Amino acid sequence: MATAEAAHHDEHHGHPTGILRWITTTNHKDIGTLYLCFSLTMFLVGGLMALVIRAELFQPGLQVVDPHFFNQMTTMHALVMIFGAVMPGFVGFANWMIPMMIGAPDMALPRLNNWSFWILPFAFTMLLASLFTAGGGPASGWTLYAPLSIQGGMSVDMTIFAIHMMGVSSILGAINVIVTIFNMRAPGMALMKLPLFVWTWLITAFLLIAVMPVLAGAVTMLLTDRHFDTAFFNPAGGGDPVMFQHIFWFFGHPEVYILILPAFGIISEIIPTFSRKPLFGYTTMVLATAGIAFLSFIVWAHHMFTVGMPLAGELFFMYSTMLIAVPTGVKVFNWVSTMWRGSLTFETPMLFALAVVFLFTIGGFSGLMLAITPADFQYHDTYFVVAHFHYVLFSGSVMAMMGGAYYWLPKWTGHMYDERLGKIHFWTNTIFFNITFFPQHFLGLAGMPRRIPDYALQFTEFNVISSMGAFGLGLSQLIFVYVVIKCVRGGKKASDKVWDQPRGLEWTVPSPAPHHTFDTPPKIA
Amino acid sequence: MSSAPGSYYVPNPSAWPIIGSIGLFTLLLGFMLFLNEGAAGTWLMIVGAGIVALMMFGWFGTVISESEGGLYNDHVDMSFRMSMLWFIFSEVMFFAAFFGALFYTRTLAVPWLADTDLLWPNYEGGWPTAGPKGPLPIDADTAVSDPAAQFSTIGPWGIPVLNTFLLLASSVTVTIAHHALKHNARGNLILWLGVTLVLGFVFLYFQAVEYSHAYGELGLTLGTGVYGATFFMLTGFHGLHVTIGAIMLTVVWLRCLRGHFKPENHFAFEASAWYWHFVDTVWVGLFVFVYVF
Repeated sequence: MATAEAAHHDEHHGHPTGILRWITTTNHKDIGTLYLCFSLTMFLVGGLMALVIRAELFQPGLQVVDPHFFNQMTTMHALVMIFGAVMPGFVGFANWMIPMMIGAPDMALPRLNNWSFWILPFAFTMLLASLFTAGGGPASGWTLYAPLSIQGGMSVDMTIFAIHMMGVSSILGAINVIVTIFNMRAPGMALMKLPLFVWTWLITAFLLIAVMPVLAGAVTMLLTDRHFDTAFFNPAGGGDPVMFQHIFWFFGHPEVYILILPAFGIISEIIPTFSRKPLFGYTTMVLATAGIAFLSFIVWAHHMFTVGMPLAGELFFMYSTMLIAVPTGVKVFNWVSTMWRGSLTFETPMLFALAVVFLFTIGGFSGLMLAITPADFQYHDTYFVVAHFHYVLFSGSVMAMMGGAYYWLPKWTGHMYDERLGKIHFWTNTIFFNITFFPQHFLGLAGMPRRIPDYALQFTEFNVISSMGAFGLGLSQLIFVYVVIKCVRGGKKASDKVWDQPRGLEWTVPSPAPHHTFDTPPKIA
Repeated sequence: MSSAPGSYYVPNPSAWPIIGSIGLFTLLLGFMLFLNEGAAGTWLMIVGAGIVALMMFGWFGTVISESEGGLYNDHVDMSFRMSMLWFIFSEVMFFAAFFGALFYTRTLAVPWLADTDLLWPNYEGGWPTAGPKGPLPIDADTAVSDPAAQFSTIGPWGIPVLNTFLLLASSVTVTIAHHALKHNARGNLILWLGVTLVLGFVFLYFQAVEYSHAYGELGLTLGTGVYGATFFMLTGFHGLHVTIGAIMLTVVWLRCLRGHFKPENHFAFEASAWYWHFVDTVWVGLFVFVYVF
């Protein structure tokens, strides 16, 4: 027992301060903050890359960057936004909110939690450094399709290893989330009482553990094809480049639900609070989330309708993809029904939530159009696809995170954010977003291909509009950064409840939430 | 921050994660430079691997002393158990990617290549194959005279079936050891866990013999088209996992010698045993789909 006493004694000492506090922390709130700051940084880095793309596309012809660098920008913008901004952002929310929402003192595996985060800066150092190697960064698109990625330079190896590191981080993080939810709930917090944000993260974590290893396998085969003489993706040796696409999208489609399900969870927390009504159809929300997760495993080839597939395959993947509209529709109707006859107010989080419901649904419908195989032959690899996935990823995932940030900032910092600036951020962001991406639907339907730095003259007007919108969208995020910093530094003191009638355990603790939220398990009504 | 009864153990701040990140980054940076003929590559890899090993010793050492010091309760134990099972699930999916590649090429890609003359005229397909431009397959275990033109596969009924028995037997012996631990029969525990280790290392030795046979006499290499690629990727990653499992069991065995673990509390033993059963199960899949059929 001497060891136990010694270890116990240690607990009262050795809490580093300054930078070492952040490097060695095992506290879920500290780690959540690290994730969120990292996500915001990557969001701005990836945004700058998007602005390089839009600057080049401002007018036809080549004027700002050379085509090879343009390809590096499209590739890196996607990798940075997906793996650097959206995924870590949601993990930040999970770290902050899940222990508070289920009445736990911390995450189940606090040291592993620290490692999950601290792998990420190293992974992105590797990825971003590849831009400065001979031959530039990866330029094959974020999907890294063989054989193009096999022909790339050492930057592709750096990308592969960066993806391996991100995979380790995601898998460890997801294991932590699942174990926390299964094992750390306060007594009485039954599974079907969990807040919907917790449910969506539980299912997201399952998807992460199931598909991140598949991506690791895919890029490992790329690596051996590049350096160890294997022929997985080379027909001369009996392999098949299309096989890369199948394995990649077996990861890739669950991945897009990894990027959206936590957003659904945040929206499902915000709308009931500002409608002053409980969430409509809680059970169907849970089942719809599980249904979406199940379907995500059997729809992957809808990303590759034009690549060559037997007719039966095309039909199967068309119908299974359309089925996703059912559980997603259930969710949208539940959100609308929650607001029905509610006592609505429109603070900034609610504005973001409403915009997500509206704009994500537009993205959902364009997804349904893309699911129709014969029509997809027209839309494939056009700006229609770009418009579609920005409507689900930006006005779905990213705007849900912004809404979530405004919603919980008072709980995190103890201060109210500046409501007026928040609203200005919302309106500039949302208007410029639509100016940027709505014209891209028309461009795509008219046949403008994506990932090309030049275009035919008839596409000029819509591209000009889109580029101007993009710069406005980029600038409007500076308001967000300012509001967040201002809120962290001070502001009106937030009450424990913060909002009028919020539901959930996180509103029963002081604002800001204490370092260890629950020393003893809370009572669940 | 307390471990009072009824509450949960929250560990202190720890430097091991950041050390692990630095090690992992150094290791992969070194490997990347090594692949691209960077002079510093090999040295960086060695340094990186050393840092990762240091992190493992330090981190696991901390956990072991906390566990032996009685800081963990049943609640923590359950967290460990769940996380190990989910980790094994992630490994299952990692192997699924390579098995998927094997099934896809065998049943779809190679027949499609053979079906059309547009891509490769006069290619017949079949399995094993090194593809239209690769060497010709010949009967199993026939030593080839000209490895550039011919290759032979490894038949299932020699070393592979022996290896199957070795691993299955080791699954049984590790279970016997587990029962011994639960009945506090320390002698039997150390004996049967030792037998498990021997079986595991003999398996690895036979795999090494088989690989050198394949490269030296059969003309079967990573570069032998898609057959060689899937064969070595699947068996190689499996071999790597057996190595990891054997190292885990070795550590557990050494801890048993030191008197660690109690009949009712031995998570590390169980986690290693689960992992060992997992690599055995993967081997059975390999034996059936890579060697027999």
